[in-house]
Amino acid sequence: MNIYLAALLKVVGVLAFVLGNAFILIWAERKISGYMQRRYGPLRVGGPAGLLQSAADILKLMAKEDFVPGGADLWLWWLAPAVALVPAVLVYLVLPIGRSFVLQNLSIGLVFFASVTSFTLIGIFMAGWGSNNKYSLLGAMRAGAQLFSYEIPLILSTIGVVMLTGSLTLQRIVAAQANVWFVVPQIVGFLVFYVASLAELNRTPFDLAEAESELIAGYFTEYSGIRWAMFAVAEYSNLFTTSALAVTLFLGGWRPLPLLAFIPGWVWFVLKTYVLVFVGIWIRWTLPRVRIDQLMDLGWKFLFPVSVANVLVTALVLAVR
Amino acid sequence: MEAQGGAPAVVERDGRRLMKINMGPQHPSTHGVLRLIVTLDGEVVVGVEPDIGFLHRNFEKIVEGWSYPGIVPFSDRNDYLGAITNEVAVCLAIERLAQIEVPPRAVYLRVLFCELQRILSHILFYGTFGLDLGAFSPFMYAFREREWGYTLMEKATGARMLYAYNRIGGLRNDLPDEWFADLEKFLVFMERQAWPEYMGLLIENEIFRERTIGVGKLTPEQAIAWGASGPVLRSTGVAWDLRKAAPYLGYERFEFDVPVGKNGDTYDSAMVRMLEIKESIRIIRQVLKMLPDGPVLARVRPNLRPRAGEYYSRVESPRGEVGVYLVSDGSARPYRLKWRAPSFCHLQLVPAMGGGGKVADLIAAVGSLDVIMGEVDR
Repeated sequence: MNIYLAALLKVVGVLAFVLGNAFILIWAERKISGYMQRRYGPLRVGGPAGLLQSAADILKLMAKEDFVPGGADLWLWWLAPAVALVPAVLVYLVLPIGRSFVLQNLSIGLVFFASVTSFTLIGIFMAGWGSNNKYSLLGAMRAGAQLFSYEIPLILSTIGVVMLTGSLTLQRIVAAQANVWFVVPQIVGFLVFYVASLAELNRTPFDLAEAESELIAGYFTEYSGIRWAMFAVAEYSNLFTTSALAVTLFLGGWRPLPLLAFIPGWVWFVLKTYVLVFVGIWIRWTLPRVRIDQLMDLGWKFLFPVSVANVLVTALVLAVR
Repeated sequence: MEAQGGAPAVVERDGRRLMKINMGPQHPSTHGVLRLIVTLDGEVVVGVEPDIGFLHRNFEKIVEGWSYPGIVPFSDRNDYLGAITNEVAVCLAIERLAQIEVPPRAVYLRVLFCELQRILSHILFYGTFGLDLGAFSPFMYAFREREWGYTLMEKATGARMLYAYNRIGGLRNDLPDEWFADLEKFLVFMERQAWPEYMGLLIENEIFRERTIGVGKLTPEQAIAWGASGPVLRSTGVAWDLRKAAPYLGYERFEFDVPVGKNGDTYDSAMVRMLEIKESIRIIRQVLKMLPDGPVLARVRPNLRPRAGEYYSRVESPRGEVGVYLVSDGSARPYRLKWRAPSFCHLQLVPAMGGGGKVADLIAAVGSLDVIMGEVDR
C-alpha cells in the first residue's frame, strides 16, 4: 500500500475515533450523572437511548455565532482551541490498541506521550490570556500551576513500570505484563498515576481551572460555539487517552483476562479504558472540589514524595533480585 | 491588560499588583443578584465590597399606600425561601395593633408551616452550599426532597413558593386530613433516609471538611457586633433563638433544642442548619399531636383600621431574625413599615469572613451565610 495512503487512513481513522469517542463519552457522562443524581432530563430526552441529544448539541454548536470578546488577542484566541486539540489527537499515535495494532510503535512511546500531553497547557494558557477576561486569566493561572505540579508525580509514577520493563516502548510494556499486570507490583504507582491523571485532566475534585462556582468556566469562559466544542472534544479525548495509558502501563493493555482470550485484544483495551473512564465520571459526580492550596499540598507534599519513594523501592527490589 | 471602558484592571498597592474583579451580579454562585467587587492578589482575596440593590422592589414605601391585607402577599417576595415566616411576621404585627384574636388551630398551623418552611429552606441551603464547593450531586438529592416538600405546600396553600396563605387573623383555609398523612410520610423519609444521605454525601466528606473547617471564621463578638442572627450567630456558639428567647406563636409549648456550633466557621454554620432540620421535624411532630380543632380564620373587618401606635414583631426565619416595625396612625394604611432582614446584616460579614482567604474561601463564606437578595434589597 502506498505510504501516503496509509498515513491518510491513520489520520482519518484517529480523527473519526476522537470525535466518535467524544460523542460516546458525553452521552455516557450525561447518562451516568443522570442515574447518579436522579435527574429525569438525561434519562428521557434525546431519541433512542438519548443518543440524538449529542447530535443535536453538535448541530447547535456549529450553528452558533463565533463570538469574539472585545479586546481579545486575536491570534491567541483563534489558535488556542487548536493547540489544545492537536496533542489530544497526536497521542493516539503510540497507544497499543491490540497485539499488532499500534499506529506507530515508537521506541520512546512513553516519553512521546508525556511530552505531547504537556502541550495542552499551552493551549489553555493561550485561551486564558487571549480572552481578555479576568476569570479566564485566573483559570489559566490555576491550570498552569496545577498541570505543571501534577505532571511530575504523573511521570515519576510511570518510572517504576519502565524500570520493571526496561523499555519505553508501550508495546513492550504490554508484552512484559504477560504473567502479571503491573498494577500488582506497582500498586502505589498506579494510585499516584490515577490521582495525578485526574488533576491533569482538570476533572473534579481537581477541576479548579474551570471551577464553575468560582470562575464561571475558567479559561474557556468566553468561548462559544465550535471553538468551545473543540475544547470539550480535547478534554474528552484526553480523558480517554490518559485512561488508556493507565490501562497500558498498569492493567495489561490489550491483554485479555484468563479464559476469555477468544475476545480480541482491542475489545479488551477499549473495555478496560472505559472502566477507568467510568471511575473518573463516578468520582466527578461524587466529590466536592479542593482548594488551590490543598491541591498544591497534595501534589508536592504527598504525591511527589510517594512517587519518588516508589521509584526508590522499585530500584532497591530490582537491585536485590 | 486594561478593562474595557471602566476602572483599570490592575491597581498598585504597597508595591503589589492587585487585580480588581467583578463577581456578579451575573455569576454562578452569588445566590441571586449580589455583586462583589473583589480585589485579588493572585488567588488571595485582599478586599471585598458587596454591592447591593439589583433586586430592589421598593417594598417599604409601596406598602405605605396599601391597605393592610395587601401587605401580606407582597411580604412573601422579601425572603422568597421563607415566605411563610415573612407572612407570619407581618400578620403578628398587624394583629397585635388591631387587637385581633387568632384561633388556636391557626396558631398551631402557623408553627407547623414555619417549621416546614425552615426544613425546605435548609434543604436548599445544603444543595447550594454543595454547589458552591463544587459538588453537584448533593444539590440534586436536595431537590428530591424539596420537590416533595413544595408539593406538600402546594396542596395546602395552592402555591409552591409565594404562598399568600396567611391572612390577618389566621390562615386562608384549613387542611384536608389526607394532607397530614402525606406530611407524616415526608417527615419519616426526611429523618430516616434523606438526612443520613445528606450527611454521607457532603457533610462527612473529607474534602468538604477540609474546605469548610476553619474557613470564614467568626467570633461571637464579631457576629453580635454586626447584628448577625439565626444559624450564622448560632454557629459561633451563641444560643440565641427567638423561638426560645422571645417566644411567639406559643413556641414555649414545644420541646426542642437550639443547636449551636463552636468555631463559627462555615462547617459549623452548615452543621447547625443540618441539626435544625431535625429539631424542626421534632416540632412538627409535636404540633401534629397537639393540634386543636376549630376555625382557622378570625372574623376581621374588611376595612381594617388598627389603633394608632407602633409594634415591632420579630420571628426566627430560616435565616435569622425577621423583624417588622409597624407604625399605625389609625388609618387604613400603615404610616411606616420597616423590614428588618437578617440577610442584610449577614452580608456585611462578607469582608470579615472572606478577606485574606482564597477565592474559593470567599465563595464558601458567601454560601454559608445563605443570603437571599430578595430580602436584602427589598
